[in-house]
Amino acid sequence: MYRYDEFDHAFVSARVAQFRDQVERRLSGALAEDAFKPLRLMNGVYLQLHAYMLRVAIPYGTLSSRQMRMLAHIARKYDRGYGHFTTRQNIQYNWPRLSDTPAILDELASVEMHALQTSGNCIRNVTADHFAGAAADEVADPRPYAEILRQWSSVHPEFSFLPRKFKIAVTGAERDRAAIQVHDIGLHLKKNAAGDLGFAVYVGGGQGRTPLVAKKIRDFLPEEDLLSYTTAIMRVYNLHGRRDNKYKARIKILVHETGIEELTRQVEAEFVHLKDTELKLPDADVQAIAAYFAPPDLTERPEGWASLAAWKKADPEFARWVQQNVNPHKHPDYGSVTISLKPIGGIPGDATDVQMEAVADIAEEYAFDEIRVSHEQNLVLPHVALADLEAVYRALVAQGLATANAGLITDIIACPGLDYCALANARSITVAQDISNRFGSAERQAEIGELKIKISGCINACGHHHVGHIGLLGVEKKGAELYQITLGGSADENTSIGEIIGRGFEPEKVTDAVETIVDTYLGLRLSQDETFLDAYRRVGPQPFKDALYGNAQAAA
Amino acid sequence: MVDKVLTANRLADGISVWLNAAGAWTESLQDAFVARHAEAVTALEAAGKQAFADNKVVDVNVIEIEEVDGVLRPLRLRERIRAEGPSIDYAAGYKGLHAEQTA
Ligand code: SF4
Repeated sequence: MYRYDEFDHAFVSARVAQFRDQVERRLSGALAEDAFKPLRLMNGVYLQLHAYMLRVAIPYGTLSSRQMRMLAHIARKYDRGYGHFTTRQNIQYNWPRLSDTPAILDELASVEMHALQTSGNCIRNVTADHFAGAAADEVADPRPYAEILRQWSSVHPEFSFLPRKFKIAVTGAERDRAAIQVHDIGLHLKKNAAGDLGFAVYVGGGQGRTPLVAKKIRDFLPEEDLLSYTTAIMRVYNLHGRRDNKYKARIKILVHETGIEELTRQVEAEFVHLKDTELKLPDADVQAIAAYFAPPDLTERPEGWASLAAWKKADPEFARWVQQNVNPHKHPDYGSVTISLKPIGGIPGDATDVQMEAVADIAEEYAFDEIRVSHEQNLVLPHVALADLEAVYRALVAQGLATANAGLITDIIACPGLDYCALANARSITVAQDISNRFGSAERQAEIGELKIKISGCINACGHHHVGHIGLLGVEKKGAELYQITLGGSADENTSIGEIIGRGFEPEKVTDAVETIVDTYLGLRLSQDETFLDAYRRVGPQPFKDALYGNAQAAA
Repeated sequence: MVDKVLTANRLADGISVWLNAAGAWTESLQDAFVARHAEAVTALEAAGKQAFADNKVVDVNVIEIEEVDGVLRPLRLRERIRAEGPSIDYAAGYKGLHAEQTA
């Protein structure tokens, strides 16, 4: 893992001291709200419906047991005993007092964490594949590049007041688990024919009120040009992004309005000036950062194969969990474990202080002290020996953390919605809970297979509804909640934006509607191997419209 | 006229509060002062501006409510959730901080 150097420590401490002074001045009345609000946002402090909310950055979703224990400690000491892991691989606390936030940030700094750039029109936490450094299908670990981007973008003077927020995601595998095509910049780390590392560069993806899939502007950018090329994109955006209209200020609109050819021309023209400057990444620097992410010493543990087979035979629930929640690892004797934060009927992404501590303990004992947060709001232990899977499973069961549903219909992404969020139009969590309860049976989920439901409480789309196989968007209509359904979205290497299927559904009817969609799929799929998404892409929306609304007219 | 109350979030801890008849901020909507005519609403607005200027509260709003069997109920779901807390059983069984302790 990356470790802070002296500069990082000094920088983060200075920022906490500065913020402490700002909070004190605010509480004494010396600083008015209008002046203070942008300052607190720069430090991750929002005001929500019931209280302040603190969003803590988890760079590219990687953290150690020590850091996880600190997150648990903060939940217990300063909050109400839990935290919410988000689709940005961050954690949010829902109840911190403003007066406590400097102390919380101090505690975070003691384990090399902070809340900087988790808000505001700057480059936000760089996200990455949650199986980075472990997945069998990976070309190279994307996290060193995410870390390089993090260092480069932290209080970058030129890019701290962009037209709008800016999100970068990096993946190192063909199978995109980081949703790079719905980010402002998406980077796909790969090798060219000569075996050199570089990136396919995507730009202008995003969700929100205008969902757009990113366009590829470079098929292969040499590794050494990462920062110069990214800077070129940022400069074009900073100069031409629509500062006149908040709703048109994201780079996706610029890409859309400018056209990808012209935008590429502008970026390439800027890049010419930057290519051979100090932004060029020296190989030694890349190696130095990469060394922090060196894989742990994975000793041969071939005994795990036989044990695993025996355990699976003896315990069908364990077998189901392995089948669903363990991902192939580069090393054949190991696997990556998804710890589901989606218990049946639970709150997606929430974990209690006790659960966080348990995960920290398990990671320390069995998983080389490494934990990941996935953008699907689960936790991951990237390196677990097959020989240890049973022990890990038992420990997770004891904490209610062994739901065997990764990638299934109850593995729902849901934003906080109207239960917490000041911007929400409707609740998300309650809908997720209803759907989860309805489809909770393990047999039924297995029968349905891979199906991703994603729910947002407003058009900002923090719950990624546009790219849900089934997406639900909460809106307010005549003072009541209503849920608009989209079908066919996807955030993988074949990204697509879901299509609105017809008029929306009231809260008490939306789960029935989802069930109708699922039953329709089960009735028309060619075989059990045809996933919901494949089936939808084959048949289109009509059968689902007919099932939901009776006939095409009613759906208009 | 629709009945109205004044709500805000307390500056120091952010907890949702409502203005009561004594001019203090209470954590219970049920203790709020209800404005039933235009002058009373004007007074609420003035009180809200003052409390904001005095750095006691932030995000000050006059909201619409109705009284049903003696119970005050905001018209908008958003405000009902603000008054009653999240509609979900968050962190089940956890007996942690209570809002009263945060004064
Ligand atoms: S999608 Fe809307 S309701 Fe949900 S967290 Fe984002 S801003 Fe809030």
